[in-house]
Amino acid sequence: MGSFLEIFDIYLLEAVLNGILLGGVLALLALGLNLIFGVIDVTWICYAELVMIGMYGMYYLVQYYGLSYYVAAPIAILLVAALGALLHFLVIAPLLSSPPINQLLATGGVLFVLQSFATVAFGIDFRNLGIRLPILTLGDMHLSYSRLLAFGAALIGMVVVYLFMTRTFTGTAIRAIAQDRQIMALMGVDAKKIYVVTSALGGALAGLAACLLVLQYDVHPFVGLSFGPITFLICVLGGLGNFVGGFVAAFLFAEIISLGGLFSDLEWGYVLAFAFFILMMFIRPAGLLARRS
Amino acid sequence: MLVVNGLVKRFGGFTAVNNVSFKVDKGEILGLIGPNGSGKSTIFNMLSGTFPPSAGSISFEGRELAGLAPHRIINAGVGRTFQIPRPFKRLTIFENVALAGYYGQGSHSAAKAQEAAERALAMVGLPTDRAAPVDGLGAAGLKKLELAKALATSPKLLLADESLGGLDESEMDQAADMLRKIRDELGITIIWVEHIMGVLMRVVDRVMVLDHGEKISEGLPSQVSNDPRVIEVYLGTDAHSTQAAAAAAEARR
Repeated sequence: MGSFLEIFDIYLLEAVLNGILLGGVLALLALGLNLIFGVIDVTWICYAELVMIGMYGMYYLVQYYGLSYYVAAPIAILLVAALGALLHFLVIAPLLSSPPINQLLATGGVLFVLQSFATVAFGIDFRNLGIRLPILTLGDMHLSYSRLLAFGAALIGMVVVYLFMTRTFTGTAIRAIAQDRQIMALMGVDAKKIYVVTSALGGALAGLAACLLVLQYDVHPFVGLSFGPITFLICVLGGLGNFVGGFVAAFLFAEIISLGGLFSDLEWGYVLAFAFFILMMFIRPAGLLARRS
Repeated sequence: MLVVNGLVKRFGGFTAVNNVSFKVDKGEILGLIGPNGSGKSTIFNMLSGTFPPSAGSISFEGRELAGLAPHRIINAGVGRTFQIPRPFKRLTIFENVALAGYYGQGSHSAAKAQEAAERALAMVGLPTDRAAPVDGLGAAGLKKLELAKALATSPKLLLADESLGGLDESEMDQAADMLRKIRDELGITIIWVEHIMGVLMRVVDRVMVLDHGEKISEGLPSQVSNDPRVIEVYLGTDAHSTQAAAAAAEARR
């Protein structure tokens, strides 16, 4: 009996640690989506599909062109950043003053376009980089290097975004435009440029997430569905546009998924996470950190 | 410096500004007065590019401004303050002003922006301390912040929109003196929109009076305040008011 408890605790600790590692990448995804929503006031329904394109980018750069992972990653990030700017330019900019439902439908349409494009262009096979990173053994616990790397890189990415937002004038303008978009133009700011920069930044975060996720998951045209919905739940739970709320909610969700998965299958972890979300929507409909009014 | 010709603004069937022409000379303070809804703010919104005029031209230093985007007008050297202060509450005072300096001057230089912010804050009498939050400012402080933001864009022409609303009498006098100081020390030309006539008349070089979107009077403060049409607009036209207006005009003599 005593030995059983010991094993159980190790598994529990391992699950908690894995939850934290998963939370890093989810927080990165949530930050990108929150950035776009907070600044441009538009929800990119197709956000996870940008990640999917980035994962394919990594796959082709590494497997087809034979680049090393660390050379391919910056190229993939730039590629998805350009895609984000393009998405803004072609789809969002013409709809900026349209009703929100039209914007949702348009970005939802882009989701299907990207999925179908990937199906036609890349086929429905599951593909991976063929890179197997070692498993780190710590006492009786097993933690994968790919998750550690993903967590570390996600944290660094978030710190870089934080410094950009607080230390540069462009970053300050991005924070300001989220508060009052009309007044910015009257301070000499070209809002269109700020929106394009923000979209590229949101795309770059999706690209970074793609580089990290492609180490852990196979890529296929519908891979966006495995983390797109959860990213939206995280953003809504944290309060749409609330960066800190999204960060906290990401780790909360990751722990629920990881610990829930410990007691039975991983799928049950997701069921628990979604149930928790529904419950929270009744208790705190405006988001985790919303001020009571 | 600024030549406005035949300015018209229609909203649907309603004409908010009807064929208004005026000019402003370099170094002048022009007062723009009129009752509520007379078209003062509409003229300001067209000058600053919030919306384009339906007809007419706005020539600033020989350059046509009508229909330009707001950020281009700011970069051309026309700054603006708002009737209701609109600071970014989650940024510090310094960040608010430096942001205006960075983008408003069109140079996009961090050093110039900080320098402009420090100068502007010192000019209006706000702390140049980097960490001071917007939260602590009262009505007078917020008006000063508005002014500092506009000054940080290094304007040649400043559009000051009803800067004195919500202030008490001594604060009003201070603010009026501030506008004069800005003109005298920085050489900035000013158009000042204001409800409160008394303080305005003391500071401006010239006054223009609007009513129902049309210019009804223009001239030196002493001339305008004796103009019967202005007295009529400000005091009403029924018998009782006409008497009052006559009395007021009498008192002025």
